[in-house]
Amino acid sequence: MPPGEEQFIPQTRLEPRSELPAPAADAPALTVRNLSVYFGANHVLKQVSLDIAAHAVTAIIGPSGCGKSTFLRALNRMHELTPEAHIDGEIRLFGDDIYSRQVEPVVVRRRVGMVFQKSNPFPTMSVAENVTVGLRLNGIRGRKVLAERTEQSLRMAALWDEVKDRLHAPAVSLSGGQQQRLCIARALAVQPEVLLMDEPASALDPLATARIEDLIVQLKKDYTIVIVTHNMQQAARASDYTAFLYLGELVEFGTTTKIFTNPSQKRTEDYVTGRFG
Amino acid sequence: MTAPNHRWRQFKSAVVQVLTLACAILVITPLVLVFYHLVRLGFSSLNWAFFTQLPRAEGEVGGGMANAIAGTFILLAQAALVGLPIGVLGGIYLSEYGSSHGNWWIRFAADILNGVPSIIWGIVVYALLVVPMHGFSALAGGGVLGLMMIPLVMRTTEEVLQLVPGGYREAALALGIAKWKTIVQIVVRTALKGIVTGVLLALARVAGETAPLLFTALGNQYWAHKLTEPIAAMPLQIFIYAIGPYDDQHRQAWAGALVLLLLILAVNIGVRFLTRDRFQKPS
Repeated sequence: MPPGEEQFIPQTRLEPRSELPAPAADAPALTVRNLSVYFGANHVLKQVSLDIAAHAVTAIIGPSGCGKSTFLRALNRMHELTPEAHIDGEIRLFGDDIYSRQVEPVVVRRRVGMVFQKSNPFPTMSVAENVTVGLRLNGIRGRKVLAERTEQSLRMAALWDEVKDRLHAPAVSLSGGQQQRLCIARALAVQPEVLLMDEPASALDPLATARIEDLIVQLKKDYTIVIVTHNMQQAARASDYTAFLYLGELVEFGTTTKIFTNPSQKRTEDYVTGRFG
Repeated sequence: MTAPNHRWRQFKSAVVQVLTLACAILVITPLVLVFYHLVRLGFSSLNWAFFTQLPRAEGEVGGGMANAIAGTFILLAQAALVGLPIGVLGGIYLSEYGSSHGNWWIRFAADILNGVPSIIWGIVVYALLVVPMHGFSALAGGGVLGLMMIPLVMRTTEEVLQLVPGGYREAALALGIAKWKTIVQIVVRTALKGIVTGVLLALARVAGETAPLLFTALGNQYWAHKLTEPIAAMPLQIFIYAIGPYDDQHRQAWAGALVLLLLILAVNIGVRFLTRDRFQKPS
């Protein structure tokens, strides 16, 4: 292992791994307990509790304004960018309290990566530089490591074959779908444990959307994925578990098959069958 | 289907159009006139000696303003040393860190400072630097130009940083990149051309300042050997020659004015060139 690598890994842990009890094989990646999020006086998310299974895809569905994105952003403390936001409750990432006072948001975000609705590759950087930016700006300089990680991440994002000959072209010269997969590769390059996706395909055409969905299914072998989507078919196709949020409350959470075929709540059934939302 | 007052409305529309066109032409007329006048009167006095020789003694024909040209660049270099870091960092604070309430006051102060008459800057620096140092100096001249640059650079830096989409900040922070690294490596890098443009335009603005230099750099008929000595500058030399009694001084003043204008024009054209590239790229 190159020297840069050794320095990096301990930083990504909240505590040294050895001091923690080994998580059980089927332990959830994230346990959310009584999570409430407020924007000022506005109570956006109300007492949400759920477990997000490791190495599975969990979809968060619900009508606009139900708190889906807020929930997602609370999972890696991105909501803290909004100055008036604050939370109540507890979120544990493989047992570690991510809101503990000793934990910096930067460390949480290295373990819980994020892909946004609008693809946002850095316009001043090439394709390869975009992939490695998270590593380089966290102190990894070894050219070999960076080259390896570039290829590995682009392969995982199913983009390698399309861009291997133009790694040094500007990232913004790629197509919209390629840019979004580049953003996924960029998030994967820092080797997070969980990948959050906020409507990652909503700005893409159907073909590019299908590629992203295939990719999500592929990625769950190595990652825990939480995806917010407006697209009910997408949730049904790509996810293993589905949570239905409505007006800031968790209405129902279960396997995707159950939510879509035999929901126990009337509101869930109305929503997934398209009667409202 | 024609409304009864169709003609009358068309007429009003034409009047307004002509009126605005006339004003638009009025805006560029002075530039054309000034430039024409300067070229006509100044170009004939431009020669090799003008750029390489010191001013001759009063009444003697010939010589140049090499010391003033060099002096202007020395003063601008000092001004950039003061105005660039403080202005850019201040702009970064306003755009990336400050609270909206505090920012309002800082912006307000910067806008007031941008409107302060340049002679007042001269008097202030005279009191702050020239009096304690017991003499006029290049340092004081560079200092006053640098101070004048700060609010200009700060406001333009803030504005171009605000144009960087928030998505880039979010993407970087979501990668676990620290905030200051995000700002320096992502946000500032994305807006770098705009920041450079702002700095260059601020330099071009202060390059022509005369009044504050009267109280600080003072001017010098010879080469300045130390930054603690008075130094020549083109605007000062033009001023001195323009009010002098000799025809040759007037010719030199015209030539100096032409060179100064060309310098500022070159910066502006360079900036246009720099920013054009930026909008051609898809982003």
